[in-house]
Amino acid sequence: MLVPWRGFWNPRSKAPGQEEERHVKANDRDYNERFTYADNHIKTAKYTFYTFLPINLFEQFQRFANAYFLVLLILQLIPEISSLSWFTTIVPLVLVLTITAVKDATDDYFRHKSDQQVNTRQSQVLIKGKIQKEKWMNVRVGDIIKLENNQFVAADVLLLSSSEPYGLCYIETAELDGETNLKVRQALTVTSDLGADVAKLADFNGEVVCEPPNNKLDKFIGTLYWKDNKYSLDNEKMLLRGCMLRNTEWCFGMVIFAGLQTKLMQNCGRTKFKRTSIDRLMNTLVLWIFGFLICMGIILAIGNTIWEQRVGRNFWAYLLWDELLSSAVFSGFLTFWSYIIILNTVVPISLYVSVEVLRLGHSYFINWDRKMYYSRKDTPAEARTTTLNEELGQVEFIFSDKTGTLTQNIMVFSKCSINGNTYGDVYDEFGHKVDITEKTPCVDFSFNPLMDRKFRFHDSSLVEAIKLEEPLVQEFFRLLALCHTVMPEERSEGQSWPLVYQAQSPDEGALVTAARNFGFVFRARTPETITLYEMGQPVTYQLLAILDFNNVRKRMSVIVRNPKGQLKLYSKGADTIIFDRLEPANEELMYTTSEHLNEFAGEGLRTLALAYKDLDEDMFDEWMKKLLFASAALENREERLGALYEEVEQGLMLLGATAIEDKLQEGVPETISCLTLANIKIWVLTGDKLETAMNIGYSCNMLRDDMNEVFIISSHTMLEVQQELKERFSSSQDVGKTDMYASDSVFEETIIAECALIINGHSLAHALEADLEQILLDVACLCKTVICCRVTPLQKAQVVELVKRHKRAVTLAIGDGANDVSMIKTAHIGVGISGQEGMQAVLASDYSFAQFRYLQRLLLVHGRWSYHRMCNFLCYFFYKNFAFTLVHFWFGFLCGFSAQTVYDQWFITLFNIVYTSLPVLAMGVFDQDVNEQYSLRYPNLYRPGQLNLLFNKRKFFTCTLQGVCTSFILFFIPYGAFLCAVRDDGSHISDQQSFAVTIATSLVIVVSVQIGLDTNYWTAVNHFFIWGSLAVYFAILFAMNSDGIFRIFPSQFPFVGTARNALNQKSVWLVILLTTVVCIMPVVAMRFLKTDLHPTQTDKVRLLQQATRRQGPQEQNLRRVRRTSSRRSAYAFAHQQGYGELITSGKNMKVHTSSTSAVPSSSPGRTHSINCNTLRSHTTCSSFQHYNLGHCMF
Amino acid sequence: MASGYNAKEEDGHRAGAAGPGESASRSRKPDNTAFKQQRLPAWQPILTAGTVLPAFFIIGLIFIPIGIGLYVTSNNIREFEIDYTGTDPSSPCYNCSQTYSWNSTTLCTCTLTFSLNQPFEGNVFMYYGLSNFYQNHRRYVKSRDDSQLNGDLSSLKSPSKECEPYHTNEKPIAPCGAIANSMFNDTLELFYIDPNETRTPIPLMKKGIAWWTDKHVKFRNPGGSNANLTAVFQGTTKPVNWRKPVYELDSDPENNGFINEDLIVWMRTAALPTFRKLYRIIQKKNNMTPTLPRGNYTLEVTYNYPVHSFEGRKRMILSTISWMGGKNPFLGIAYMTVGSICFVLGVVLLFIHHKYGNRNNSSDIPS
Repeated sequence: MLVPWRGFWNPRSKAPGQEEERHVKANDRDYNERFTYADNHIKTAKYTFYTFLPINLFEQFQRFANAYFLVLLILQLIPEISSLSWFTTIVPLVLVLTITAVKDATDDYFRHKSDQQVNTRQSQVLIKGKIQKEKWMNVRVGDIIKLENNQFVAADVLLLSSSEPYGLCYIETAELDGETNLKVRQALTVTSDLGADVAKLADFNGEVVCEPPNNKLDKFIGTLYWKDNKYSLDNEKMLLRGCMLRNTEWCFGMVIFAGLQTKLMQNCGRTKFKRTSIDRLMNTLVLWIFGFLICMGIILAIGNTIWEQRVGRNFWAYLLWDELLSSAVFSGFLTFWSYIIILNTVVPISLYVSVEVLRLGHSYFINWDRKMYYSRKDTPAEARTTTLNEELGQVEFIFSDKTGTLTQNIMVFSKCSINGNTYGDVYDEFGHKVDITEKTPCVDFSFNPLMDRKFRFHDSSLVEAIKLEEPLVQEFFRLLALCHTVMPEERSEGQSWPLVYQAQSPDEGALVTAARNFGFVFRARTPETITLYEMGQPVTYQLLAILDFNNVRKRMSVIVRNPKGQLKLYSKGADTIIFDRLEPANEELMYTTSEHLNEFAGEGLRTLALAYKDLDEDMFDEWMKKLLFASAALENREERLGALYEEVEQGLMLLGATAIEDKLQEGVPETISCLTLANIKIWVLTGDKLETAMNIGYSCNMLRDDMNEVFIISSHTMLEVQQELKERFSSSQDVGKTDMYASDSVFEETIIAECALIINGHSLAHALEADLEQILLDVACLCKTVICCRVTPLQKAQVVELVKRHKRAVTLAIGDGANDVSMIKTAHIGVGISGQEGMQAVLASDYSFAQFRYLQRLLLVHGRWSYHRMCNFLCYFFYKNFAFTLVHFWFGFLCGFSAQTVYDQWFITLFNIVYTSLPVLAMGVFDQDVNEQYSLRYPNLYRPGQLNLLFNKRKFFTCTLQGVCTSFILFFIPYGAFLCAVRDDGSHISDQQSFAVTIATSLVIVVSVQIGLDTNYWTAVNHFFIWGSLAVYFAILFAMNSDGIFRIFPSQFPFVGTARNALNQKSVWLVILLTTVVCIMPVVAMRFLKTDLHPTQTDKVRLLQQATRRQGPQEQNLRRVRRTSSRRSAYAFAHQQGYGELITSGKNMKVHTSSTSAVPSSSPGRTHSINCNTLRSHTTCSSFQHYNLGHCMF
Repeated sequence: MASGYNAKEEDGHRAGAAGPGESASRSRKPDNTAFKQQRLPAWQPILTAGTVLPAFFIIGLIFIPIGIGLYVTSNNIREFEIDYTGTDPSSPCYNCSQTYSWNSTTLCTCTLTFSLNQPFEGNVFMYYGLSNFYQNHRRYVKSRDDSQLNGDLSSLKSPSKECEPYHTNEKPIAPCGAIANSMFNDTLELFYIDPNETRTPIPLMKKGIAWWTDKHVKFRNPGGSNANLTAVFQGTTKPVNWRKPVYELDSDPENNGFINEDLIVWMRTAALPTFRKLYRIIQKKNNMTPTLPRGNYTLEVTYNYPVHSFEGRKRMILSTISWMGGKNPFLGIAYMTVGSICFVLGVVLLFIHHKYGNRNNSSDIPS
């Protein structure tokens, strides 16, 4: 299937010297080879087996930290300044490099595999007059290839001919732009005449001259020269790589762009590498540490200069200096470098690798979480990037798409009003309304063999009305079955429900399906007829005209002649529009219906009014003539048609209204309210209309009746927008102020609590301009809810960018479609809803899961834990390294600033990577301050992450200061004790090696106790690692101090016997104990005081958690959000211009019924949107180039 | 955007061709293990008053007795220290210290008298102490060749580069390096002066002053224990400052060459610029008489070791020991101080906790 290329590849296409125009001749490889066009071989892998080592090492040493350690290594090779053996640096460095290299190699291996898989796909190429099987990678520019149904297109291909009439062919571009509907491509008439005639095709020698490769998916300009004729080519004749051929048995095409020059690959820009704020902070801190290191080096170097002058020169009797070194200043200079080497461990070499390991671990936990697994789609959550986890714990703004993200994009026919009666509510025996749940019994539609089993309806009175053959009810459903642009598709035999509808919008599908289940089955259509099965009887209506939807009309009508010869006009549309065009006699019904509509809208349903009219034969004939004349007109065609439609849609008879539920995804309101409690602001950015968006806002509980104000900004000019925004700003502040006086609550919170801002795309375009964006942001941030509707993908990204730029807050964008890609890529964290058909959003995202409600868990549980773990980890890491390293600094004052190390060199080598790495990693992977239930139950535990409280510069100072103090204690307590210490057998112990072992042992114990204190959640692994590290320390210590290893390498292990001789002394253990207690007790006291006097939220919850654990598990009462809304929702009908024209022209109809088995059962109908698509492409496609596709797939 | 109508979507799945998950028969549902679901059983300690306060009291109550014990023990140790550097003109060693240098050929001796006010019982250890001597200087510390000292014959003939500039003196130096070169070579002798003015030399044990591991593992003579040292060291030369070659350090073959204990003790470099090193052991005679009775003593110093140039000091120390080593008041005082602080801190914390502490549970957690 498709293979996402995550990762980076360099567009190699810049090499062929700025191609200005492309000349491709069909069936002429020799000619085409002159131009060195890219072949169809794809290479996204970075390395080959042989180049891996040099290239990877080169890349790794480009990283600052690695380069730094390389420089250190080189410094260590200079004997004059080498204060440490080379292995102290090279062992950790090699380890770090190896881990990274292994990771890179695995990544590259998978890229190789997917390259291989794509390159070896089979395609049929016309070579030397015969169709031969070839691998994809062997396809060349200019080749003619044959594609079959449900195959991916191998390269960018000019369509020559197809199995369908008029050279049409259908493609699905979900992998390219995420749109799941089918698109039509049509070949030139001259080439479609070639048909499947191989001989003719082989003779085809047209030459295409076209634009050079580019990344514009919706544009292609070229010319075909053939047989002395010129034919212009556009995008409608191109099949792009990545598309899939649908509903077309076969087609032939000529390869124009291949391989890396295809539009798909050209769109695979380098993925922007996202960094977390902690990453950036870490880099700053590392730079600070460098500064600190250099300062220490300078202090010690100056000390050395002074010492050499005062003391050292007198010491020559024992230690002759070289001539070169005899200058004190020069000696100081060398000492500087020596100290840089010794103290380099304050910059933790393993920091970056450890952080990566942690994040990888956290990502796996996300992937493994069963509570984020959606069984219906078999989709687990997936962390697609492993570098952003802790940022999930800091999110302040969520930008959410609506369709497919908050809603399921499933429309359900839920209620209707027919002739003044409502249907759809369920009442119990006492006449009380019953809430509809999963368990409510459904109406049995078994009387209807053609029913759709998925359809659910709970009110049986409607079925009874149908069975009683009430004429208006019948007319109601007849209208629903006739007035639409849905295409039916009969599945092959043996299927349990053979009839499938292809609807342009889900609303339409829902209505037609409702009619189907109530016995008015829409069965088939031709350009002139519509066939229904009315209560089992086939009835064929003559379709005379389709008066299609558009944004202005907000209604659609059909004019049909029924078998009795009556002319009827059926109309459905927005209630206000329909009500304006009713017969005056309908007034009473109109009021009743209007009330029902209010009721429906209050429940957040999408409503639609239905009406019909009997037409007079003569009048219709005349009208029809005018219509034909108008549709042939060249000027003002639209307006003239509109006027004609208006003319006939008058004096309608009201039938009733429908109410469709735009089904929210499960748990959306609960999730939103929980996230709101966590102080996360949720902005909805949708391409939908204002009314729809508001409806969803109400049903998600984002908008509520008790809100003080809902600002709606929908002006069209800059000035108006400015005016409105300013007004809103001042009024929202007023609201806040009055409230402040009314209650004692905090100023800002009060403001946020009560307002909502709804802004549409036009206004947003103005508001996003430089002068207004600040005020927009101010207003938006004062409001609790922000909804932007009718926004283009680019605007979505701009809004995200705006917040990112002006608020120093972490943003998260969540969406499911290609139009969300831009914002997903712009936001700090992008989340894709997976399990949908389009892969685009998921491929661009950093995290993906199947349901919006999992966001709650991702942020409040995983994000919070990740952040907590990462912060604790970093604090401890810096602490540990300072405590470890600065001992050398103190020692410098007592060893003549000579850069003598305190510890054994092996200890320095192993301290970070062996003795102390695993406990802190275990803490960083497993720690849980508060368990998941409490994380979710108390969403404001999320607050510290947003405020950046757990790791910031201040925290860094605290923990480094703690490290400095620890190092001070670690050095000076043994110093005091060793000043005049001797062993209990009288021999000396105050030698350097015993001193080193004592301090090292104290250090290891102190940092182990400290990690113990930092660990909140001691799993078996933590125990194992902490105790294990201590054990390993002693084991290695004794091993390195053993006789055996000394005998083998006498010069490498000079510490022979030291451990034995030092650690059997009681006084040494007393020193270690004292040091440990003095280092740890102040920390314990501080922490205790902090939690006792100023407990944080987390502390309180932890206490509670412990208390409840003692009491045993309690029944948890989960928060349930009740939606109450009595708001009158406006007209909400997400319908665009249909393709009535295509239907009546018959272009998209099959001449023969689909008897061939080549049409797969799963393929969507061929008559998917065509017009709507071109319409939509104005919004979607034109902005497409702004957000480049980061991930390619085939 | 998925604008497909729901029926199609679901049908598509049922048909089984298009759904991405359908082709794989195995479900992608994550395993339900405690590890993967982050439900590993765990101990979750919290710092509460119930744990922290007792800890402080217990530490206080343990540390104070230890401190007192250490302090008393340390105070019971007899220690006598005498500085014989001779910087003061009145000092008997003044002459030696002024005139002596590494190159002088004549021996300079001086005699110091002192008296012990209390008898020293048990084994008495005699140390020499040096001050302001940077045995921990990096270039000094690394200036040695452990392979050579371990009896490696090739290192004997070509010492490590680390030994520069005491690496070769026409012939390879054995033992090489600055440490060995600057070996302490004063000779200290102790005499007891009876009340009737007779001088009794006190027997000084020169063996058993080094660590067993150093003597038997780290330091070995080249050519094994029974080799003729003179022959083995043929082709090497003595360190520049030494008077005699390494194989003439002692007449006892068990204490000669690289395994001479004075050399071994010296080679174990001190951590701090002021240090003491074990020089001799005065073994107790019997339980009845003290090893060093009260009275007057003389210390005869053969003054070979110049410290004048770097303002160093030389001391002779006599000390008895206890279970915890030599006299060391620091640990005792430190333990008592830390113990008291912990105890007081415990009291203070208890007070704070009672007065201001947070003892509520869930009541004020906003959800």
